[in-house]
Amino acid sequence: MKRLLVILEKEFRQVFRNPAILRMVLVMPVIQLLVFPFAANYEVKNVLLSVVDHDHSAYSQKFISKITSSGYFKLTDYSPSYDEAMKAVEKDKADLIIEIPAGFEKDLVKESKSSMLISVNAVNGTKASLGGAYASNIIRDFNSDIRIQWMQMPRYNAQPTIEITSSNWYNPTMNYKFFMVPGILVTLLTMIGSFMSALNIVHEKEVGTIEQINVSPITKVQFILGKLIPFWIMGLVTLTLGLIVSWLFYRIVPLGSIGLIYVFGMVFLFTLLGVGLLVSTFAETQTQATFVSFFVMMLFMLLGGLYTPIESMPDWAKLITKINPVAYFIEVMRMIVLKGSGFADVKTQFFSVLGLGIFFNTWAVINYRKRS
Amino acid sequence: MEAIAVHKLVKTYGAKKETVKALNEISFSTQQGEMFGVIGPDGAGKTSLFRILTTMLLPDGGTATVDGFDVVKDMQQIRNRVGYMPGKFSLYQDLTVEENLEFFASIFNTSIAENYDLVKDIYVQIELFKNRRAGKLSGGMKQKLALCCALIHKPSVLFLDEPTTGVDVVSRKEFWEMLKGLKKQGISILVSTPYMDEAAMCDRVALMQSGRIMTIDTPQHVIEQFGKRLWAVRSGEMYRLLLDLKAYENTLSCHSFGEYHHLVLRNDTGSEAAVLHYLASKGHRQVEIKTASPNIEDCFMQLMNDNA
Repeated sequence: MKRLLVILEKEFRQVFRNPAILRMVLVMPVIQLLVFPFAANYEVKNVLLSVVDHDHSAYSQKFISKITSSGYFKLTDYSPSYDEAMKAVEKDKADLIIEIPAGFEKDLVKESKSSMLISVNAVNGTKASLGGAYASNIIRDFNSDIRIQWMQMPRYNAQPTIEITSSNWYNPTMNYKFFMVPGILVTLLTMIGSFMSALNIVHEKEVGTIEQINVSPITKVQFILGKLIPFWIMGLVTLTLGLIVSWLFYRIVPLGSIGLIYVFGMVFLFTLLGVGLLVSTFAETQTQATFVSFFVMMLFMLLGGLYTPIESMPDWAKLITKINPVAYFIEVMRMIVLKGSGFADVKTQFFSVLGLGIFFNTWAVINYRKRS
Repeated sequence: MEAIAVHKLVKTYGAKKETVKALNEISFSTQQGEMFGVIGPDGAGKTSLFRILTTMLLPDGGTATVDGFDVVKDMQQIRNRVGYMPGKFSLYQDLTVEENLEFFASIFNTSIAENYDLVKDIYVQIELFKNRRAGKLSGGMKQKLALCCALIHKPSVLFLDEPTTGVDVVSRKEFWEMLKGLKKQGISILVSTPYMDEAAMCDRVALMQSGRIMTIDTPQHVIEQFGKRLWAVRSGEMYRLLLDLKAYENTLSCHSFGEYHHLVLRNDTGSEAAVLHYLASKGHRQVEIKTASPNIEDCFMQLMNDNA
């Protein structure tokens, strides 16, 4: 015990003398939390619009002004023919073409029926489907506007209709930042957990100081705890900073208990540090450790449900997320912060992460050799 | 009692097909309080030997004990009682001199004050810089600090793996003086070095080459065993002289040594005149030849030739 304290004292001394580590723990989370949520934006805005108007009528003008004033579209091209509009798409000057046929107004007035063409550049799938959906919504809206103008609504509808109203639970304003910020906080902890502990131990290997430790009576558990505890504490400092930043800048106050977030964070960090430790027992140089950690982290992040929902992944990918502590913590963070879930709701995730932590750490301790 | 006993130790590196025997059944033993030198060029197997004896490497065959403890079974006891100074400086560069020493004292459950008298002679030389980070010390001072750290827990056996490699001549001299002081305190020392001139400082030396020990004896005896007359030759053109001497029919061995070439002849009767005559026929001027007393390096070269 006394020996462990001596090791911890030395580790903390080294951490506080290393400006890079302090910067990483203190500055990086703040900057990432301030930049990421704005960039990782699910809403599609500024769809570049090209209009081909063969009609040049009052109605077509009205429609164009309606679609451009919606805020989702930016009219960047106004072509006389569809072919020329396609050229604008090819040059990436337009994402979506709306072609209004000649006689649009005439057909609409005379036959109460008209058509219109929407072509979307589907290279970016999300942008295409959302842009197309926005455009059809606006057309539908336009359509009902006209109907109201033309006819007095009868007191009772001739045909029964079902009107749909929806309310958004847990995130009523559908603010995607509420969704992203808790997830990004998890990725920050992931970085500190898996990178820094791995690099630190491998650094001792590279410099050769581990030789002196290996010939001393320090046991491997003491040595490993000496490495884990400082980064565990630093991870909790980052978590605290992250929660403060999300409150200050995004006004996100967890609905659930902050204590539960910390308890989960502690277990999560324990698990991630185990992963880092495991990497460090295999790697001989910091370059190796960096690349392996990076690979593992990418896997954790992309299969973690931060950007894409796990539910829509194929079955084999879903299986991988079962051994991904990051996926559990992102889910739990969102549950606690947005839904106010309690321990009973996150019990499964809690024990899964704890189990993974015990697994990775045990493997690391077994694999760490004081002799070869 | 024996401080270190090594019996038929084997260490092999590499996969099935291309194996390198770093240690090929070597055996030796050292007495308590003895300063034992392992002398050999790079790649002789010195570091492998040290790493096995300090329990960091498992041998592939043979046995070894340190202070009576087996290096495989009793590693915990060994780790408590040996001091190890690796060839590469391996203290914490971002900790100060004092913090390093304190750290290494504490992990052995002792303190600087408790064993101060043991390191005093060395520590006073660097105490002036005790608040300086170890990474900012000069090479010689780093060496002294590393020695202090290896000594602070009062080890019974001290392992020094090439402690003077890359250190200037003055610091090297000082370092060996310090080792002599430690020997007086009863600490057994195993030291390795590629520098032959340092061998003379040891009580006994083992000359090592390609994983084998060629001879074990006191430096005095090793030199006495040389057995042949050694000639020191020089002329105006040293390189051509070396080639010509090697081509000389009566030459047993010849290697350059400082400003002379050291020459051993097969048949030593009436040789001086014969050599001079031979060199004159090759057109060498200002030839100087004299007998020289052999040192460890000459013995090493001779043993190497014998084994080749």
